[in-house]
Amino acid sequence: MRPGRAADPPPQARRPPAVAPVAPESAAPDAPDAPESAAPDAPVTAPVAAPVAADVDVRGLHHTFRPHGSREPVIALDGVDLHVPAGGFVSVVGPSGCGKSTLLRVLAGLLVPTGGTATVGGEDVRGRPGHVAYLPQRDLLLPWRRALANAVLGAELAGVPREEAQRRARPLFERFGLAGFERAWPWELSGGMRQRLALLRTFLLGAPVLVLDEPFAALDAITRRAMYAWLGEVWMDDRRTVLFVTHDVDEALTLADRVVVLSGRPGRVVTEVDVPMPRPRPATVVTEADVVERKRTLLEALGG
Amino acid sequence: MTRAETRGETPRAPRATSAPVPGAPLVAAQDRLAGSEPVAPPVVRGTVAGGTVVRARRSAGRHRARALLARWVPPLLLLAASIGAWELWVIVRRPPAYVLPSPGRIAAAAVDAAPGLPAHTATTLVEAVVGTAAGALAGVAVAVLIASVPLARRTVEPLLVASQTVPMIVLAPLLVLWFGLGLTPKIVVVALIGFFPVAVSTAGGLAGADPDLVDLVRSMGARPGQVLRVVRLPAAIPAFFAGLKIATAYAVAGAVVGEYVAGDRGLGIFITRSSNSFRVDRVFVAVIVIAALSALLYGLVGVAARRATPWLPPTTKERSR
Ligand SMILES: Nc1ncnc2c1ncn2[C@@H]1O[C@H](COP(=O)(O)OP(=O)(O)OP(=O)(O)O)[C@@H](O)[C@H]1O
Ligand SMILES: [Mg+2]
Repeated sequence: MRPGRAADPPPQARRPPAVAPVAPESAAPDAPDAPESAAPDAPVTAPVAAPVAADVDVRGLHHTFRPHGSREPVIALDGVDLHVPAGGFVSVVGPSGCGKSTLLRVLAGLLVPTGGTATVGGEDVRGRPGHVAYLPQRDLLLPWRRALANAVLGAELAGVPREEAQRRARPLFERFGLAGFERAWPWELSGGMRQRLALLRTFLLGAPVLVLDEPFAALDAITRRAMYAWLGEVWMDDRRTVLFVTHDVDEALTLADRVVVLSGRPGRVVTEVDVPMPRPRPATVVTEADVVERKRTLLEALGG
Repeated sequence: MTRAETRGETPRAPRATSAPVPGAPLVAAQDRLAGSEPVAPPVVRGTVAGGTVVRARRSAGRHRARALLARWVPPLLLLAASIGAWELWVIVRRPPAYVLPSPGRIAAAAVDAAPGLPAHTATTLVEAVVGTAAGALAGVAVAVLIASVPLARRTVEPLLVASQTVPMIVLAPLLVLWFGLGLTPKIVVVALIGFFPVAVSTAGGLAGADPDLVDLVRSMGARPGQVLRVVRLPAAIPAFFAGLKIATAYAVAGAVVGEYVAGDRGLGIFITRSSNSFRVDRVFVAVIVIAALSALLYGLVGVAARRATPWLPPTTKERSR
């Protein structure tokens, strides 16, 4: 059962900025390092101002690509309904080419769908970027910026002073296993490091909704499990809404409250599975009988 | 679960400290930029044992010296052989000096003209540099206009191409008529020549920026001006320099064409006077100076291009070293 619109929190009067504004106390010139020195063990999320929770709601989403030339139009999404409650963590799995990235691009405001609605915190986001922190499927980094400058890109676009943005970013480099690589150029990083940097940048955006397109696809199994633990912890700390696309059923079951399965192209929701396991979840959670049962349901829905 | 465990310190540690892998290309990149790049070495370096870095750098230095030799020896040999053949030809066939002077005679003329040449060269150099700078500035401005305003692309682009079909020889006398006898008409000639390759190349670079990168910054709420500044302009820097190189290659010759029409100083004037008095040896001297100036400017633009794009990975050849 999905909560109806009436049960949702009332739409925000104004949408929260995509990037957290400068915290007033840290702007004080006399105590530039106060937050770190005062609480070295503060949660990782401390540098980012706590975002206002917002839900994601997609109704009857339909998108047809009409390529130039004589090629046939491609129906990527055909009536997708999806709800992520404020502070919820929903995973979307589905076969390659079923429209998962298309769905996320709509939510990021980059693609105006040919049908249906998409709202974040009650606000229409079709063709309006800036409402969510979006991590594209490719580990896109600006090649002409060093790692640290890439990480603070969002803050810089929002007008946060450079030093302030970098001060927030540095602790996360440690956390993401990127310490010492702050001044490296993107081509000097491994594929997994690039992906972690892109995720770090997305996280720093401080938007109330994270929309992640296969963020761990390029990571080895060990690093990946470490990132699950990290993401789970961070999510429990500040309960940002997360919509997470993956190919990996185990990944979805480890991380999400609910897993949504899309059919092959054109994408439709085939089934939804709740995952009410307690957190933090160890990596072995996928071997628990309850979870194995859910995995069977998901794999069957995926036609495996 | 303790914090250290959740961080996954243990599994990631080997990745972060196995620096020889990321470190090796870094050393190569650093050497590539040696002498031209004042940036502090990347922090990664600190994790490499000092000795390894020094040894790697020294061997890279030797490699560089050998590469330099390999690059310059063959063309210099070819040049020497050509000059020898030329000298021989003149000795055997004895053409009149006003048709083909011998290299030796040209060298003598160079010594002879040495006191007067620097002033002429300086004038031409100023025209070439100022003209190219002005042309490049205008080229970038038009490129940005074309890239940001669709209407401008449709209206300006065809005119741009059409403007290039007017030969400079036709235009130069008109420019003298409009701008007088001073430096201005020559600078305008050079600017007009340089404008086109810079505008076309830069416009291509701006338009060719990775659309996914554009989408990425748009998803962060970037305004069009910010997309231009953060993505399109940096993406277009290599293309801009490619255009600027072409502009520079033609700049000195363009200034000389401008001087042919009118003026009282410059290599073009020097050539006209020498040619009028049948001093073909002096004409050759001026031609050599023009070629050297062009090569020098071209090389400087190449250095500037590399300094402006420190983020570019070393070429495949350098990387496999
Ligand atoms: N810009 C585009 N123009 C035309 N067709 C497109 C475009 N983007 C995506 N498509 C098509 O839409 C369909 C869905 O693409 P999408 O990228 O959303 O799939 P996906 O589910 O993310 O796949 P994967 O798991 O492989 O990343 C595909 O058939 C693809 O060919
Ligand atoms: Mg995809």
